[in-house]
Amino acid sequence: MPLLEIENLTVSFQTAGGQFTAVDKVSLHIEPGEIVSVVGESGSGKSVAMLALMGLLPWTATVTADRLAFNNQDLKTISKSELRKIIGSKMAMIFQEPMTSLNPCFTIGFQLTETLKIHLGMNRAERKKRAIELLELVGIPEPRKRLTAFPHQLSGGMNQRVMIAMAISCNPELLIADEPTTALDVTIQAQILELLLNLQKKQGMSLVLITHDMGVVAETAERVAVQYAGQQVEKQQVKGLFSNPHHPYTQALLNSLPERSNSKILPSIAGVVPGQFDKPKGCLFSPRCDYATTKCHTIPPTAASEELGKALCHYPIVDGKPTNYPEEVNP
Amino acid sequence: MTEITIEERVDDRPGGLRSVLSEFWAYFSENRGAVIGLFFFIAIVLIAILADVIAPHAPNHQYRDALLQPPFWQPGGGFRFPLGTDAIGRDMLSRLIYGSRYSLFIGCIVVSVSLVVGVMLGLIAGFFRGKIDTFIMRIMDVVLAFPSLLLALVLVAILGPSLINAMIAIAIVQQPHYVRLTRAAVLSEMTKDYVTAARVIGVKTLRLMFITILPNCMAPLIVQAALSFSTAILDAAALGFLGMGAQPPTPEWGTMLAESREFILRAWWVVTFPGVAILTTVLAINLMGDGLRDALDPKLKR
Amino acid sequence: MFLYLFKKLAVTIPTFFGVTLVAFIFIRLLPGDPVLLMAGERGISDERHAVLMAEMGFDKPILVQYGYYLADLAHGDFGTSIITKRPVLEEFATLFPATMELSICAMLLAILLGLPAGMIAATKRGTAIDHTVMTTALAGYSMPIFWWGLLLIIFFSGTLGWTPVSGRISLLYYFEPVTGFMLIDSLLSGQEGAFQSALSHLILPTIVLATIPLAVIARQTRSAMLEVLSEDYVRTARAKGLGPQRVIGLHALRNAMIPVITVIGLQVGVLFAGAILTETIFSWPGIGKWMVESIFRRDYSAVQGGLLLIAAIVMLVNLAVDLLYGIINPQIRHTDS
Repeated sequence: MPLLEIENLTVSFQTAGGQFTAVDKVSLHIEPGEIVSVVGESGSGKSVAMLALMGLLPWTATVTADRLAFNNQDLKTISKSELRKIIGSKMAMIFQEPMTSLNPCFTIGFQLTETLKIHLGMNRAERKKRAIELLELVGIPEPRKRLTAFPHQLSGGMNQRVMIAMAISCNPELLIADEPTTALDVTIQAQILELLLNLQKKQGMSLVLITHDMGVVAETAERVAVQYAGQQVEKQQVKGLFSNPHHPYTQALLNSLPERSNSKILPSIAGVVPGQFDKPKGCLFSPRCDYATTKCHTIPPTAASEELGKALCHYPIVDGKPTNYPEEVNP
Repeated sequence: MTEITIEERVDDRPGGLRSVLSEFWAYFSENRGAVIGLFFFIAIVLIAILADVIAPHAPNHQYRDALLQPPFWQPGGGFRFPLGTDAIGRDMLSRLIYGSRYSLFIGCIVVSVSLVVGVMLGLIAGFFRGKIDTFIMRIMDVVLAFPSLLLALVLVAILGPSLINAMIAIAIVQQPHYVRLTRAAVLSEMTKDYVTAARVIGVKTLRLMFITILPNCMAPLIVQAALSFSTAILDAAALGFLGMGAQPPTPEWGTMLAESREFILRAWWVVTFPGVAILTTVLAINLMGDGLRDALDPKLKR
Repeated sequence: MFLYLFKKLAVTIPTFFGVTLVAFIFIRLLPGDPVLLMAGERGISDERHAVLMAEMGFDKPILVQYGYYLADLAHGDFGTSIITKRPVLEEFATLFPATMELSICAMLLAILLGLPAGMIAATKRGTAIDHTVMTTALAGYSMPIFWWGLLLIIFFSGTLGWTPVSGRISLLYYFEPVTGFMLIDSLLSGQEGAFQSALSHLILPTIVLATIPLAVIARQTRSAMLEVLSEDYVRTARAKGLGPQRVIGLHALRNAMIPVITVIGLQVGVLFAGAILTETIFSWPGIGKWMVESIFRRDYSAVQGGLLLIAAIVMLVNLAVDLLYGIINPQIRHTDS
């Protein structure tokens, strides 16, 4: 039985310019102990989907889903206080910006032990002992001393370690890491990623890794979901995705990886993710797609079969070539 | 000689100033209170301009047969004096109508004087830095160290009580805010690339100060101008109330309140109406000021 | 922290000297002969004029005069009232507790109502509650408080007859001041009804004086709270599964308090300006009323001394607020540790 089930999750925001759909019918199943990566450019709605799951979106957001369940418990009908018992303990999340994600007015120790008090009801001495244990676990030197430090006294990497310690403090079954390394120096990125993988193995928890970095995906995940402009465009095993991408967007993303490029000029995807006011009529990727036809520009595609990674494309790619492609147009 | 032809491209977006104004109005009109404030303010301006036409009586004419007559809905009142009369038989409504001229006049003069002087000092301080900056800012610190009304009172004591002197005093007390705002805005603009670019191509200092930098510092200044317009009206009324502003028989609202104080428990209308006039005018301007801030402050734009 | 305090002092001290300079120049800017103004005597002969001029030091170079003035201040000599012939500092000290009592009560009222009002408005953003609170606050901010005071007198003292019109306590009671605070002194005196009388005299002036600070604090709390509520660390707090009370009342409020504290500090100057009007309306025997009366009596040395003392108090309180600001904000507290 999957640990997390998301079925057709849609999130829209009320803005000054009308309703804006940030996440459009996204589905995801996560088995216990599994590492799944969600990939996409900024603005593709990958964080919003996870924030919606945790109930952390602002009041301007409307969330709908056919099914939203954790451990078979329906998160749609659950009361707010029941949900609060799950998030932070069984289901935890870490964020992109470690420097701003910790409260500047409280010590590391206070923020770390808060969850232990609320979710596990530990007493003062137990909390302190566990906090030191946790800081050791995430590789912070002199943990006893760090308990009384404030976030601005630590580096970004250290703060992210604290965030991780906070997230795993109640032994969660699911950890959602939202671009955990983006804001950090390159050398620190690898350390934090390794720490996350080690902890995942040690604790046997499931890990959802949100990233825009295909390199990170290759090194860590087992399964990948590719998101574009709020839609899920492809879902595959990591190996299959890298060897045989089925959606032109995935293909373009992989082609733009420096280590896979064989020409002198690094290929890039022209244009940007469509926003609220320039959503194309047909396939959302069509303005940027090398293969786009009139059909692509006018008719929204439907998801392909399971073998084709449920690619959201009229002409899913197999072995680098679009299938059922009309002959009169040249790619 | 080579001829350079510049290809003219047609920009089909609505024209510069017009699009700026329409965007401004879009943000401003989102705030209902601001729009109400704006219309109320326009109404007061019209009343002030048309005072001679719409006021039923002369503001200082004393009707000896109608002393302290109540407003029309109370027994003893009538439509000859809709809002009643004061202790020496002057029509309240007419005095209030003429009073609006004084309040708007005070606001305009105080804001223009303190704005012009404050912006000049702020530009100089922010642009030249160094000793002159320290000197100007220390003086502003000193002015701000005094409670504003107290300093205004003392200044009027030096200059002698009159409406003009009250306005001068209030302008002096208010201009440090403009200096600080302008200086802060100039300092942040100076670090931007467009200023460096202008310097590199050799734009002259004065042009750099007034044409290049100043227009980009206007947003906070406009908001401050709205706020200080209302503060000026309040402070002038307070000085008038204390006998240090406009002198009787001027129908200035604060002065009217001071004159009516002794009748406070006998004739509520002589006390109530001038205050209502001050409150609603100031409130309308402050509502407008809030709308201006929302519309102009890019930090708050969604 | 010490560096921060040092920086604040480095600004405050020159400002204080600037303030003394303003007070010093004030007398010399007044139209008319300063000797005549300060002596408070009529029909002075030329010889007497020369004697007084030398006595008051007006014949010396202006810088020397300023030096003497500073030296006098250093000895606690703030001049002598022209009318009462008592030292200005002594008059100020007798009247100051009345103003302080009123100001403290007004500030407490403003904080106790303004903070929760701003917090509620921020958490209920965009609702009718938010609009009501904010419109009321803006009306309070736009209030001509001298009129507001008169209105309250008409209603509560005139129509309802609940509260007295003026003064600090009913004339029925008399006791020697101990603390100078009527509420405390009336309790200490043990006289029956004295405390109630003092309290009933205090209510209306407190409301009037609190109006503008209350509005400012409510508005500032709301905007600070709104800003903080959109911060990442508030999201983190919610992601930990904390309840709204803990998220808003602890994580958000603690951060929102930092700008609010600054604004509360700035209200001290507003309180003094308000005290001038409030004390005049309610015949409250404090320094605000005393300053206005001194100006009307042309008691310029009292005005000079009062101006300087009030500015000094405002600066001192602002310095204390800066200190508090440093303590509550850990990013400043640890700047040099």
